[in-house]
Amino acid sequence: MFEDMVTARYYEERLQEEYLEGKQPAFDISAGPIPGELHLAAGQEAAAAGVCRHLRDDDTVTAPHRPHHVAIAKGVDLERMTAEIFGRETGLSSGKGGHMHLFDPDAGFACSGIIAQGCPPAVGAGLAAKKRNEDSVAVAFLGEGAISQGAFLESLNLAAVQQLPVVFVVEDNDWAISMPKERVTDVADGSQRAGGFDMPGVRVDYDDATAVYDAAKEAVGRARAGNGPTLLEVQVHRRMGHFMGDPESYRPDEDVEAAQARDSIERLADDLRSEGLEDEELEAIREEARERVDEAIKWAKEQPEPDPDAAYEDVFVNPPSGVTTEEPTHELAGGDD
Amino acid sequence: MSEQQERQQVIERELTMSRAMVEAIAHEMREDEEVFYMGEDVADYGGIFDSTEGLLEEFGRDRIMDVPISETAYLGAAVGAAQEGMRPIAELMFVDFFGVAMDQIYNQLAKNTYMSGGAVNVPMVLTAAVGGTYNDAAQHSQTLYGTFAHLPGMKVVVPSTAYDAKGLMHNAIRDDDPVVYLFHKRLMGIGWMPAPDGPKTPVPEDDYTIPFGSADVKREGEDATVVTLGLHVHRALEAADALAEDGIDAEVIDLRTLVPLDTETIRESVAKTGRLVVVDEDYRSYGVTGEIIAGVAEGGLEELEAVERVAVPDVPLPYARPMENEVIPDSEDIERAVRAAHDE
Ligand SMILES: Cc1ncc(C[n+]2csc(CCOP(=O)(O)OP(=O)(O)O)c2C)c(N)n1
Ligand SMILES: [Mg+2]
Repeated sequence: MFEDMVTARYYEERLQEEYLEGKQPAFDISAGPIPGELHLAAGQEAAAAGVCRHLRDDDTVTAPHRPHHVAIAKGVDLERMTAEIFGRETGLSSGKGGHMHLFDPDAGFACSGIIAQGCPPAVGAGLAAKKRNEDSVAVAFLGEGAISQGAFLESLNLAAVQQLPVVFVVEDNDWAISMPKERVTDVADGSQRAGGFDMPGVRVDYDDATAVYDAAKEAVGRARAGNGPTLLEVQVHRRMGHFMGDPESYRPDEDVEAAQARDSIERLADDLRSEGLEDEELEAIREEARERVDEAIKWAKEQPEPDPDAAYEDVFVNPPSGVTTEEPTHELAGGDD
Repeated sequence: MSEQQERQQVIERELTMSRAMVEAIAHEMREDEEVFYMGEDVADYGGIFDSTEGLLEEFGRDRIMDVPISETAYLGAAVGAAQEGMRPIAELMFVDFFGVAMDQIYNQLAKNTYMSGGAVNVPMVLTAAVGGTYNDAAQHSQTLYGTFAHLPGMKVVVPSTAYDAKGLMHNAIRDDDPVVYLFHKRLMGIGWMPAPDGPKTPVPEDDYTIPFGSADVKREGEDATVVTLGLHVHRALEAADALAEDGIDAEVIDLRTLVPLDTETIRESVAKTGRLVVVDEDYRSYGVTGEIIAGVAEGGLEELEAVERVAVPDVPLPYARPMENEVIPDSEDIERAVRAAHDE
């Protein structure tokens, strides 16, 4: 877990640097080596690491618009994921998806930029496992802002009524862009949503990877044993803006400071030290993570950009004959000529 | 300073498109207690694309309402409040998200008037940010102009300048039918997404309306008619300037509203030029380009010597820069199409 967490944290810090390149002094979202929106997950590592520790390659994970820490914990190919974020030809999706749309079928990972829309496909993965009598499970990650979305609530119900091997993991970072949780739901503990569907709901109230690990062990174990879904909410912290470039003028300074102060990585490091790990051992893990991330970024930036014409490929795996997506050169019959 | 000079200066103040849009909303809210705004991040944030900036301070949380990420519930609630006679404005942060609330839009908002035989009406505005050009990929870059215009029962408005944004917004809020008001992110004048020259225009302080269904001839020309909307009005004008250097004189028409559509202005122009180029930032097939061409053709083929269309090919919007640039028409694509039409 520690390794996943420090890798994810360093990854986000490095991406932040890369993203801001070419966007200073005037911030222009379309400039620099990484254009478009970028949602970083610094402060949310414990949820991903604690849950994904229990998952195998044949388990399926869906993530939302803030996916990097989950992808790293699920074992997504770091180099190809990074190349995708840089929009390169050798990226996971050949540059078509970008950071909100990472797909790595080998690692059982997918994400969607539309709030809560990863939930139904996770239910589908659970349904497939059940139909085939396999003991793989599916996990849908979402933010606390997503728990008021129909796709989430409908998915809870379908998973419950079909007793599917699905775990819903809500990462509660207190904010949905500028909207604090209490403005958009009257329920402080999102795991209470589970009660309405007669499924177990659990909340890990503080940002602690070990506590997440324990709660997830039970939830994933329940799913794998064929005993149905669980809703697990985990308190995490948003250490950065909603997306890069977010001025966060809506957010009180104290809230930012509190989020910065409560660091689940340091908490886990303390736990590991008290279990007898030496500082040097922890530092070695950090050093290895840094090297891995730096190498992935270096590799990604060396990759070629896609050919513009690649835009016309991949709409279908089996393109219907006679249908062309390329600009046709056409002439109009008619007029005087 | 004389009063006359003062007035002159007021008229010449330039606004970004977002400021102009907000000014119209604020004016209508002052005039009518029943107007209110609902959306995600519209209160403290002021709208991700500045669509409500400053409104919370003046009108408070009861009228500038942050709502849960529950588009079905709050868009549908706007429909319900409108049917009660209020005048809600509901914002979809990105038009791409309409899918999660599609039923409330096309089966309720758009149809209740008709299904009730006119007994019910839905005087609301649905605002949404549209468009690409900044590498936000397939789920955050569409315009979906054709989708909304295709489904009967919604008026569809697409401003391209600050002046039009204000006048069309006044008209939208006062209209007794549902109006879908699609503003292009790239035109809003947001600090972090530089706008081209063009959308920032002089805007009168007083309220004024621009009637729906009146296209605007942005540039007169004799050789070809370029029909477009939104961001591509500015790209077409750029292309027209380049073409002028080679002696090709293009007329550029900004549709301003898709429903109702001002087919008359287009036909008159084509009668003069004989050549029609339609430019759209939506998908090519079954969309705006085909519709405009069909409308002209129905008016008489004898006038039509050449037709070109420039649109997003039928692929989702790709992320990486070279591919996004490939599929979203730029001014060179427009130039090429006009030359092709001209040489035909
Ligand atoms: C259906 C839909 N509505 C709105 C958005 C815009 N949006 C993107 S992220 C976000 C906030 C999400 O908050 P939360 O679920 O708490 O996740 P967090 O960003 O805090 O990780 C919103 C409203 C969207 N992507 N999809
Ligand atoms: Mg959140």
